[in-house]
Amino acid sequence: MDNEKLKEKILLLAPGAVHEENREMMTFLIPSERLHALALGLKTEPDLSFDYLFCLCGVDWGKELGVVYHMTSTSHGHTVVLKVKTSDRENPEFDSVCNLWQTAEFHERETYDLLGIRFRNHPDLRRIFLEDDWKGYPLRKDYVDEVNIVEF
Amino acid sequence: MKETDFRDNETLNLFRKSGANVLLSTVDAIIDWGRSNSIWPLTFATSCCGIEMMATGAPRHDFSRFGIEVYRASPRQADVIVVAGTIVNKMAPVLKRLYDQMSEPKFVIAMGACAVSGGPFFYNSYHVVRGVDHVIPVDVYVPGCPPRPEALLYGVMQLQRKIKLETIADPRKSPDTF
Repeated sequence: MDNEKLKEKILLLAPGAVHEENREMMTFLIPSERLHALALGLKTEPDLSFDYLFCLCGVDWGKELGVVYHMTSTSHGHTVVLKVKTSDRENPEFDSVCNLWQTAEFHERETYDLLGIRFRNHPDLRRIFLEDDWKGYPLRKDYVDEVNIVEF
Repeated sequence: MKETDFRDNETLNLFRKSGANVLLSTVDAIIDWGRSNSIWPLTFATSCCGIEMMATGAPRHDFSRFGIEVYRASPRQADVIVVAGTIVNKMAPVLKRLYDQMSEPKFVIAMGACAVSGGPFFYNSYHVVRGVDHVIPVDVYVPGCPPRPEALLYGVMQLQRKIKLETIADPRKSPDTF
C-alpha cells in the first residue's frame, strides 16, 4: 500500500487525526480518545497489519506531555508514527496498547517511570528502572532535584 | 612499567628494615607471590569500560601475562572485582552483595571515571553513585573515560605491588592498605 492510500485509510479510521508534513516517517497527531480504536484497526486489518511496534516513548514538550508510537508491518513493509498529546500535567493518562503489542508493556512502564504518564488498562503499571519509593518523574522538564543536580 | 620501578617500593623497604619476623616474612613472601600472580577477576562490567576490560583480556594486550586472566562467573571464586562502569543507585546494593559474597582476600579496582568519582554524571544526574568507594572499599583507582588497556594493566600491577605487602599475621592492616 502506498503512502497516499495509507494516509486516507488512517484518516478514515481516526477522524480528527492531523497529518504532519515534512517528516522522515509518515506522522499523525491523534486525538487521545481515538488512539486505541485506531491502533486496533492498524493491527488487525489485513491490508494494514501493523504487527510490530518497534518504539514507544514518552515526550515532554514543555507545556504538553505525550507519547510517540512507531510501528511497522513486517508483511507489507510500511511504517507509521502516531503521536498523542495532553496538556494535563497533573494527571496525564492515555489508553494502553499492550493488549495489542505485548512489547508495549515494558515501554509503558518506562514512560510511566520517567515521565509520570499513566496508561489505562495496563496490567502492571509500576516503576521499572528507578526504586519503587522514588518521588517524582526525572525526565520531566520541570523536575527539580536540589541534592544531586547542580544548576549552572 | 619497568622491572626496576616495580622493585622500587619504599614502603616495602621500610617494612623490611623494621625487622619483621624472619619466618613469618618468608611465609608471607611465598603466599604473596602466589596471590599476586593469580588474581582472578569477577566477570562484572556495567558499561563501556567493560569493553576495554575485555580488550585487555584479549590477545593484543593479554591480561594473562600477569596471571589475572581467569574470569570467574561466581563471586565466590573471584579475588578481585574490577568495577568497570557506571554504578547507578539501584545497582549499588547488588554490587555490595557481590562484594560481600567474595571470599577473603578480596580486592577492588575502580576502573574509569564513573567508578572513581561518578565522572561525566557528577553534576547533572539524579541516579548515579558518585564513586564506587561510597559502597565498597577500593584498592586501586584507574582513571580514564574509558581507560586504555595499558592503564588497566598498570592498575593491575599496582594491585600486585599492594598484595606483595600483605602479611598473614594481620591481613587487612598491612602498611599500605587503608
